[in-house]
Amino acid sequence: MDINQKYTPQSWPDHPETATLEGKNKFIGFWLLLAAETVTFASLFATYLALKDKGPSGMEFSAAGLFELPLVFAMTMILLTSSLTSVYAMYHMKNYNFKAMQAWLAITVMLGLTFLGLEIYEFNHYVHIGFGFTNSAFSSAFFTLVGTHGAHVLFGLSWFIALMLRNAKRGLNMYNAPKFYLASLYWHFIDVVWVFIFTVVYLMGVIG
Amino acid sequence: MSSIAQKKGFGATIWDFMTTVDHKKIAILYLMSGGFFFLVGGIEAMLIRIQLVKAGNDFLSAGTFNEVITMHGTTMIFLASMPILLAFMNAVMPLQIGARDVAFPFLNSLGFWLFFFGGIFLNLSWFMGGAPDAGWTNYASLALASEGHGIDFYALGLTISGFGTLIAGINFLVTIINMRAPGMTYMRMPLFTWTTFVASALILLAFPPLTVGLFFMIFDRLFGASFFAVEMGGNTIIWEHLFWIFGHPEVYILILPAFGIFSEIFAIFSRKRLFGYTALVFATILIGFYGFMVWAHHMFTVGLGPTANAVFALATMIIAVPTGIKIFNWLLTIWGGNISFSVPMIYAVAFIPTFVAGGVTGVMQAIAPLDYQLHDSYFIVAHFHYVIVGGVVLAILAGTHLYWPKMFGTMLSEKLGKWTFWFFFLGFHLTFFIQHFLGLMGMPRRVYTFGADQGWDLFNAISSSGAVLMATGVIILLVNVVMTIVKNERIGNDPWGDGRTLEWAIPSPPPFYNFAQTPLVRGLDTYWIEKMDGNKKGMIFAEPLGDIHMPNGSIIPFVISLGMFIASFGALYFLDGKPWALAVLIGGLALMFGSMLLRSLKDDLGFHITKEELLEDAKGGNTDGH
Repeated sequence: MDINQKYTPQSWPDHPETATLEGKNKFIGFWLLLAAETVTFASLFATYLALKDKGPSGMEFSAAGLFELPLVFAMTMILLTSSLTSVYAMYHMKNYNFKAMQAWLAITVMLGLTFLGLEIYEFNHYVHIGFGFTNSAFSSAFFTLVGTHGAHVLFGLSWFIALMLRNAKRGLNMYNAPKFYLASLYWHFIDVVWVFIFTVVYLMGVIG
Repeated sequence: MSSIAQKKGFGATIWDFMTTVDHKKIAILYLMSGGFFFLVGGIEAMLIRIQLVKAGNDFLSAGTFNEVITMHGTTMIFLASMPILLAFMNAVMPLQIGARDVAFPFLNSLGFWLFFFGGIFLNLSWFMGGAPDAGWTNYASLALASEGHGIDFYALGLTISGFGTLIAGINFLVTIINMRAPGMTYMRMPLFTWTTFVASALILLAFPPLTVGLFFMIFDRLFGASFFAVEMGGNTIIWEHLFWIFGHPEVYILILPAFGIFSEIFAIFSRKRLFGYTALVFATILIGFYGFMVWAHHMFTVGLGPTANAVFALATMIIAVPTGIKIFNWLLTIWGGNISFSVPMIYAVAFIPTFVAGGVTGVMQAIAPLDYQLHDSYFIVAHFHYVIVGGVVLAILAGTHLYWPKMFGTMLSEKLGKWTFWFFFLGFHLTFFIQHFLGLMGMPRRVYTFGADQGWDLFNAISSSGAVLMATGVIILLVNVVMTIVKNERIGNDPWGDGRTLEWAIPSPPPFYNFAQTPLVRGLDTYWIEKMDGNKKGMIFAEPLGDIHMPNGSIIPFVISLGMFIASFGALYFLDGKPWALAVLIGGLALMFGSMLLRSLKDDLGFHITKEELLEDAKGGNTDGH
């Protein structure tokens, strides 16, 4: 593949992410990685459900008393919106519109950072009221599940930012198109996991 | 970057192996380090048998004995068997499907180095305050109570090497899905490729639960979490579930490639097409599928209740069906064949009754009420050594003889190979057959000694004498390897004379680009078909001779793994109040993520071998690479 080849929106392939063998390999490989990630999160969810509300005798914290939905609902909406904006970015990537793609990715990153900031605020709040990582089996399971998701958000954001900066001057080519595509795929996956966290941890937690 | 012949110095060779992304060289790395850990695990096994040779022996203390059994199991499973099988997968599978390399050569190298550093990290525990001592299963109730850093070495070391194995699994899956030569449909793939495929899928889905469990263990021991701390609301059974959700597929990750190697051997040395190829393929898939549904048969005595036990007992018995299908297919492949009893074939023939014996005791344990008697006794030890040694290790020894010529271009001695076989095979049965009875007599596994009045002296002494024979066999194999390397008698493409699949159609060892022209596959046993058609070239080509695109070597995989290795020391000493621990943790992670970032940002487009160089290569016969 020639990295310096210039394209027009007409000569740019419909599916640049799988137009080369390297792209095809990355595409399949990344879906498989997501399968492994799914199993990872399944294990974390199962552990969380087993340890929910479990702690030393007389523990004052429970999911029903701890979680507050307004903040988490706002986080959910922000993350879901960021998934939508990354779809727009990929739409422009497929149309060979580099500037529009970068703009939508920048919006995605902003939303992701907001989400991350709110999560840090939330964790900080819990620690502040005494519900720290070492408080109980419940707290360990909660922070590990939600924190692992948060670490994925951080990694996804770093990935987006690195790609945007690296390719800012040279635009799209067959070498970096699969990279952008996979980063957005990763972002969707993070979003789906959050939907489950919102449901299983927060909604089901508040119901009691 | 050309393929011009040049004699390399020692340092240059080391550097070449540190930076290589060539699947054949990575295979050699896997074989060498897996072989090294196999010897380490073997020495640990000998220590166990010396300790148990007589009643009331004090050769090892109780604590040291616990460390030795733990490290024996962990080393043999994670650091010996799997890497050696990964060596064969790397060496052979891309050749079998007519590919020039794996899908992700860079990740292939990264997978190896992660495994390697994880293994080194784990074994450094011997010199840094004591090895892990909670058994290879590392049950949380024992592990949390273990003093010192042994368990931390276990958890961190296996996390690192587990990442490496996961990467290897994804790599092989994508390679088989995307890189098959034209005409190589799924149902034309050699059985070893098929078993690699299914085993890789198992790696993909089984390793994450282990990693999660290991992280819980690290968090509990080093960072004050309480997943398994009962007084804090934790639950130790979570570890058992996560471990066995990984652990049971793991035994199929080991045995399926072993089945693949034997399937190749039966066909080659019976000079017959595999009987029931389709049935063998579907049996492989079924075994992989059921492998995920039986983990709780390791936990019958935990108290999950009769319903759970009944379901898992039934699922376990069902697995015997596809395995039985395979046994019959192999028998019928031999039936009426023109058999040559070369060393690999002897191993394969010996494997069938041995493995069936291990399978039968397995079905016995699937009967949950009976398992209450057998659980944690020497019967279990006998059972899993019959399937792991009788299945996997025999396959590794057979595969070493079978694929040595393809990997190194020389033949191991048949005569010494037969000596190895007889010592190892007889020694194996002498060691482990009698352990069934020790178990039925009540000897529990993992005890460091026993009393003279318990009546276990004689059988233990017999068992230990068998271990000496096995060790003798392995030593003869080492002599064989050294002699073969010294003699250095080069052989041709198809040293066994009856190769059926594509790897035997190209030089031994193959040039670094494998196939100058991608082959066109016309059916199962591609090379055999071309031989029968009198095609002297051994294959027909799907493309004209042209430029070949190859990946660049890179030191980055080594550095990423080194970063993780360093970070692990920081995590390990974090709670000891060592002031440097946090700095080491952060420094190691910075090295790891920094080199990952470098990899991501720096374009790596590979290079091209030109048609002219290929033609020159074909004339000059240099296959050393660049």
